[in-house]
Amino acid sequence: MDVSAVGMTDPAGLIFTAAALAGLSGLPGLLLRHTVGLGQKIATLALTLSGLLGLSGALTLIIHERTETFTINWTLPFGPCEMAIDPLSALFLLPIFLISACGAVFAVGYWPATHNRATEPKLTFFFGLLSASMALLVTTRNGVLFLMVWEVMALSAYFTLIAEHENREVRKAGIVYLVATHTGTLALFVMFALLRGTTHSFQFPASNSLPAAAFPAAVIFVTALFGFGVKAGLMPFHIWLPAAHANAPSHISAVMSGVMLKMGIYGIIRIISFYHTPPLWWGILLLAAGSVSALLGIIFAITQRDIKRLLACSSIENIGIITIGVGVAVIGQATHNPTLLVLGMAGALLHMLNHSLFKPLLFLGAGTLIHATGTRQIDRMGGLARPMPVTSLFFLTGIVAICGLPPLNGFVSEFLLYLGFFSEARTAAVPYLAMGAPLLALIGGLAVICFVKLYGVAFLGLPRTAEAEKGHEPGWQMLAPMGVLALLCVSAGLLPQVMVNLLRPALFTWAPELAGKYDVIAAVPPLRWLTIAGGGVLLLAGALSVVLRKRLRSAPVAGGGTWGCGYLRPASSMQYTASSFGDTAVNLFGGVIRPRCANPVLPGYFPRPEVFASNVSETLLEQMILPLFRVTGEVFSFLRRLQLGKVHIYMLYIFVTLVLLLIWAY
Amino acid sequence: MTSFADQLLVLVMLINFVVLGSSRMAISIRAVALQGIALGLLPGIMHKFSWHLIMITGGMIVAKGIVIPWLLTGAVRKAEIRREVEPFIGYVATLLLGAVFTALAFVFAAKLPLDPEHQGLLFVPASIATLLTGFLVLTTRRKAISQVIGYLILENGIFIFGLLLTSAMPVMVEAGVLLDLLVGIFIMGIIINHISREFSSIDTSRLTTLKE
Repeated sequence: MDVSAVGMTDPAGLIFTAAALAGLSGLPGLLLRHTVGLGQKIATLALTLSGLLGLSGALTLIIHERTETFTINWTLPFGPCEMAIDPLSALFLLPIFLISACGAVFAVGYWPATHNRATEPKLTFFFGLLSASMALLVTTRNGVLFLMVWEVMALSAYFTLIAEHENREVRKAGIVYLVATHTGTLALFVMFALLRGTTHSFQFPASNSLPAAAFPAAVIFVTALFGFGVKAGLMPFHIWLPAAHANAPSHISAVMSGVMLKMGIYGIIRIISFYHTPPLWWGILLLAAGSVSALLGIIFAITQRDIKRLLACSSIENIGIITIGVGVAVIGQATHNPTLLVLGMAGALLHMLNHSLFKPLLFLGAGTLIHATGTRQIDRMGGLARPMPVTSLFFLTGIVAICGLPPLNGFVSEFLLYLGFFSEARTAAVPYLAMGAPLLALIGGLAVICFVKLYGVAFLGLPRTAEAEKGHEPGWQMLAPMGVLALLCVSAGLLPQVMVNLLRPALFTWAPELAGKYDVIAAVPPLRWLTIAGGGVLLLAGALSVVLRKRLRSAPVAGGGTWGCGYLRPASSMQYTASSFGDTAVNLFGGVIRPRCANPVLPGYFPRPEVFASNVSETLLEQMILPLFRVTGEVFSFLRRLQLGKVHIYMLYIFVTLVLLLIWAY
Repeated sequence: MTSFADQLLVLVMLINFVVLGSSRMAISIRAVALQGIALGLLPGIMHKFSWHLIMITGGMIVAKGIVIPWLLTGAVRKAEIRREVEPFIGYVATLLLGAVFTALAFVFAAKLPLDPEHQGLLFVPASIATLLTGFLVLTTRRKAISQVIGYLILENGIFIFGLLLTSAMPVMVEAGVLLDLLVGIFIMGIIINHISREFSSIDTSRLTTLKE
């Protein structure tokens, strides 16, 4: 690249410097293996610095609504390679740099080099590489470089994910992830090949430059939806997601869920932006896929008892909500309804940003719990709010945000979507779109059940096991990133105008036809009222807590086990468990979840001891995809006979092929 | 000049038969070394003088005539193996097959749509014949060293074909091919030593438990 043109103070220069810094951050650790911990310190410093540089660069570009373009003169035979940072790219760069820096700081406490001498250098190296590859991914404008960086991202995520590869479950999760991501990449190869067929170049076409009616457009859209959908974790392609997020180290899960899934969303949004007036069915397909993901994702989340699996399933839900937003925007574009377009896309982009704040917060919180108690099962925790008050507060903030409850940021993005659905109900070009509102409400309600369960079982009540009694507050390295993210969640919820201003340039990049017409985003939603109402709610809550505290101090307080329910000697095993709390919801959606219960029959008045066990399987993976693979393996088992294990026979195969080709040519 | 080149190519094809017909490892290795030197001389005869050409010729002769045979002889000495005992197909049969393939190569080469200046040359038939001989050695011999020799002959066949393009081929490509070959042989030599140390035999047809 022509570095001389990119000064250090130039925002684009800052971003590329930040990406390079992140990519190289793990190298010293690989080389300095005899000084334990030094590499991790260097990497953390580098990633923090990279985060600061990258964020300032990206914010500058967004505020000035500028697009920086560079051309790399490479010798590869794929044409010139363009790198460009437009506001849309810059918007996606924000979570990349922010969460990588937070994760790196968190790792110092969570995965200290002194305790993980074997795994830490590799983990740190691939963590930096993952961050750098994602930063390059959103800035590249060449299909070939995009695929290369995509692969680097997928593989570095794989290597960070299998940090604890001695564990069989981790290896299995890694394999499923690897297969899934490469299936997706295959679709992307097809997609970019077709795109090249349309534009005769691997260069990305300009926004709104291609007709959506021509033949390959539909195929390109569907393959893009599949390929990027696998990475984003859209519902039929989510199979890799819960296991991968659960088995990765927590700060990796935070980056994977908070940032890497968004790369799939970025891909879908970017591909759609090439086409002007996409057909209506694109939007409907996105809307349907998003609805299914959101609804089923949150239903699966309710059934989970593993804290990280639960959060992973909730990621599927949130990706679904983002996709619903994109779908609404595409419907708006197809029906020439700018209000719908603006509300849908703003909702999607805002939810993308919000999810990348509160989900990493929750994953880091989950990491803190795992660090303290040594287990991922929430049924083995309990009562952790008492020994871990600060973590508990941060976690609660994340939960209120993810449930989409008013004073916090999750509400704002869902609010925009609600507005979109209702505005469409009034004008009625596509009347069934109004059905989205009750669906979104149902999803929100289920999310509340899910996270009340999580918080209640893990933090409230009495400690359920000896492990939970060991709960303790972590060091500042783990608390600080969570604090930053919690603060951002609150401020993004209270100042939605700032957030909307951030994503407005991205919106105009995505749909240039809006630019200069009128500023609908600022006009339609009553954002100022949100600030006032949110601030009011917070003030009210603060005042109430002060009053309650005073009363507690004045009145005598009787002690007793939480949820004792009037028993004389309540035991911790009498508390609601995660399964019993979610039981109603699980039974309600039994057809989808298919829980497996071993219900013992208890005969007579004095039955013998029996065991009750319930298990929730991964329906799609275990009951459809794995059997499908098995059947395929059996059908094609005759091909195994070709594999004799003798080198000579293999040579003979090549020889015979060659001779046959010669004869055929003859 | 082309007549001298043709004579060298005839020599190359005769050496193919030497390798096919001999059971002694030492003879096979020396024959392949000679083949390599003969091929190394060819580009020098074919094209006009240039430093590029000198590099190719020198590289070929050093790699195929000296370094690789030396590595192979070392492997033979360490594994204490002199003869290829009981190949899958007997020596006479392989010789006959080799003759048939060489004849077919000539027939086939005549049908290829070549540039006019390349027609009537021995290059294409010699190349195909050597290629097929390499495959024949690879498929019929058991010992790992014979496999390496087969691989070398195969590569020689490809090199002859490449000679038609030498002036157009950039140095980097040729250097890459040579380096590839050298590293390949080097690794094979190491593997042969390890196989013979582990299993007290370098019979590759017994290495079937490695399959899935």
